[in-house]
Amino acid sequence: MSTARVDRRLPAWLRVAAPAGVALIGLAVWVLIVDVADAAPRMLPSPFAILEEFFTRWSIIAPDMAITGTNALVGLVAGTVLAILLAALAASARPIDGMLAPLVAALAVIPIVALTPILNTMFGASSQFGRQAVAAIAAFVPVFVNVLRGLRQTRPVQRDLLRASAASRAQTFRFLTLPTALPYLMSGIRIAASLAVISALVAEYFGGPADGIGTAIASYAKSGRAALAWAFVLGGILIGLLFFLVTSLLERLSTRRAPV
Amino acid sequence: MMTRRAAAAIWGVVGVAAVVALWELYKFLGPADGVVIGGDGSTGSGVMILPRTHDRAMPHVWEMVARLFASTSGGDTPPLWVSVLSAGGVTLGIAAAGWVIGVLVGGILAIAMQRWRLIEWGLLPWIVVSQTVPLIAFAPVVNALGGQLAREGIPWPQWLSVAVIASYLAFFPVAIGMLRGLQAPDSIHVDLLRTYAAGYGTTLRRLRLPAAVPYLLPALRLAAAAAVVGAVVAEVSIGMRGGIGRMLIQLAGQASSDPAAPWGPTFGTIALGLVAAASVALVGTGLKNYRRGEETA
Amino acid sequence: MSTAPAVRAAGVGKIFPTRTGDVVALTDVDLDVAPGEFVSLIGPSGCGKSTLLRLIADLDAATTGTLEIFGKPAATARLDQDYGMAFQQAGLLPWRTIAENIALPLEIQRVTKAERTERVAELAELVGLTDFVQRYPDQLSGGMQQRVAIARSLAARPKLLLMDEPFGALDEMTRERLQAELTRIAAETGAAVVFVTHSIPEAVFLSDRVVVMSPRPGRITTVIPTRFDRIRDEALRESTEYFAKVTEVREALHGTPATRANER
Repeated sequence: MSTARVDRRLPAWLRVAAPAGVALIGLAVWVLIVDVADAAPRMLPSPFAILEEFFTRWSIIAPDMAITGTNALVGLVAGTVLAILLAALAASARPIDGMLAPLVAALAVIPIVALTPILNTMFGASSQFGRQAVAAIAAFVPVFVNVLRGLRQTRPVQRDLLRASAASRAQTFRFLTLPTALPYLMSGIRIAASLAVISALVAEYFGGPADGIGTAIASYAKSGRAALAWAFVLGGILIGLLFFLVTSLLERLSTRRAPV
Repeated sequence: MMTRRAAAAIWGVVGVAAVVALWELYKFLGPADGVVIGGDGSTGSGVMILPRTHDRAMPHVWEMVARLFASTSGGDTPPLWVSVLSAGGVTLGIAAAGWVIGVLVGGILAIAMQRWRLIEWGLLPWIVVSQTVPLIAFAPVVNALGGQLAREGIPWPQWLSVAVIASYLAFFPVAIGMLRGLQAPDSIHVDLLRTYAAGYGTTLRRLRLPAAVPYLLPALRLAAAAAVVGAVVAEVSIGMRGGIGRMLIQLAGQASSDPAAPWGPTFGTIALGLVAAASVALVGTGLKNYRRGEETA
Repeated sequence: MSTAPAVRAAGVGKIFPTRTGDVVALTDVDLDVAPGEFVSLIGPSGCGKSTLLRLIADLDAATTGTLEIFGKPAATARLDQDYGMAFQQAGLLPWRTIAENIALPLEIQRVTKAERTERVAELAELVGLTDFVQRYPDQLSGGMQQRVAIARSLAARPKLLLMDEPFGALDEMTRERLQAELTRIAAETGAAVVFVTHSIPEAVFLSDRVVVMSPRPGRITTVIPTRFDRIRDEALRESTEYFAKVTEVREALHGTPATRANER
């Protein structure tokens, strides 16, 4: 049993109150520095100014949010599908696993957004596809690793049971391997979702059409309109939070009866 | 009997060769304007699902290699690979600095969160959420702050801003991984040290830190890769000269006249990530005994 | 086929190749199990009892000798679902309810839903778990999970049950209770049982014959008949003839020659 058990001396409501409290303190310090003490660096506006810009300029923020969000979603779906296919292949054929393992390990450590200029050249700088490809590659890695692990998690006693019940290979997959791998897939998608959003956003810095949250942040920051730039940042955070919440919920639903 | 390391290396080479072969094969077979679905023939319509194959969009692999040995920007400038190497070195150094900062910050946070449950409850959700904020948002702020400090006489070179931004990506895996590692020891072991009247510091040194090593090493590797990404992106958003991020953007801008050139810094950044991860792996070899039972990431 | 023995092993041997050389897990095994007979395999670690059970179940293939289940080769018997198997870990699938777990072999054999529901109800009643069929495995105790595993092994009405230390992970009280239930079920269904165990009292209580095995190489040392002239109930555990048989098996395991004649 690990030592991360519940500390009986702390009441349970603190689990929610503590992070809320930290947020309030942080906001208070922020407001103090900016509004009260007026000691802020140039590019850090007051939180109220940011919120004001966010709501008044919603009509230009929303379309950019839609573009970045769509790129992230397309990348997430494409990367997930590709990862499932390749992981299934790798789990069933040794040579494919051998070839893929070093490639995926390398992909996991290289700066994927640095591939954006190349991809934009290949697909045309006026297309969103370069950014979607970057998001797809970023999403591919965690889903592939997790699905591959999940496909190998069946226990020997369960495999013996299916064999003793004269199950065919397809039946073993359907009754045992697939339900065992599903929670791992959902975990992978949750991790991949945040990566896809960040990658789609940061990729906009490396070229492509002049739309999306990232390019907006860059251009407004450059022209000195700090509050508006941060309002776009808020838009980006909201997209990231949305993806995170939806995929976390999916993961929670699928692990209700997880193989332990 | 081949060792697993040698076998993995050979498979790696086979994999790279397969990718090169796939590239040239697609270039040979694929349509010059890519495969578009749903378009009406005009540029920018429809969705391109396979890239364009003409030489300006997809150079041959041997053209990319040859370009590395040609001069960077004509005339007396050194060969491309030299420029890539030096720019890569600059970025690597900054990423290393960012990594150190991130590891320190992440480590301190992890110890504080393990020591006081209230801090874990208060900070951990925000640490997780912090990674949804695109770090390019902070680049102008950090840069402006740095400029202000420099004007007031505190030395703050521009690369330090890049390092701080890189550390923002690097601290996260370390904080999470080390926290899990510090919480990993069995209650049996914790109870044992209590019977020896060991205080928190002794328990930390003799039990929790050694137990954390199998969790820390994969986290350090992730942090190194993250620091490289952070450094490259920060260089681009601050516009720092001398780093490989800026070279990437510059040469990409000239891609229509010099299509093979952007591949130089691209290979360079890929190499950076691999070198950073390998350096951390070297750290791991010295700590073999503590790693029994480690999960491969 | 009703006169064919449930299990006929002749000269069966199994060799496992390992990096440090070949391991002879089983050698020269001759064993007949009659229909409806309860036979235990007992012996120290490495004596090959689990290996022999796995060969009968066609989970591994014998290196030498012949193995017939009801007159058919082991592989055919497996595909025909002539036997049911229970393992030491219950091996329940955690995402399925108890009812769905019991029905698993039937679902694989494509039995219709109506028939499955009926059979599951029968089996749940047989093992006394009717009230728990809609629960999940993590909500049941170890003993109850093993009862589910036994119910599952009976799903296809097999005439042969193969059990690999199914009660090994349970406490003594639960063990004794489940042993009584197993005897009753075996008698009611008329199935032959091959039962691997570490426990001498368990082997003697349950079986008609106890097969004593020894390791290095794995082989059958002796076979001790343990049929009693009475029903196997709790009172049996306190009778002198029971203790005498337990002593006989123990001496056979320790290698001390027993003073009584043994049937080989």
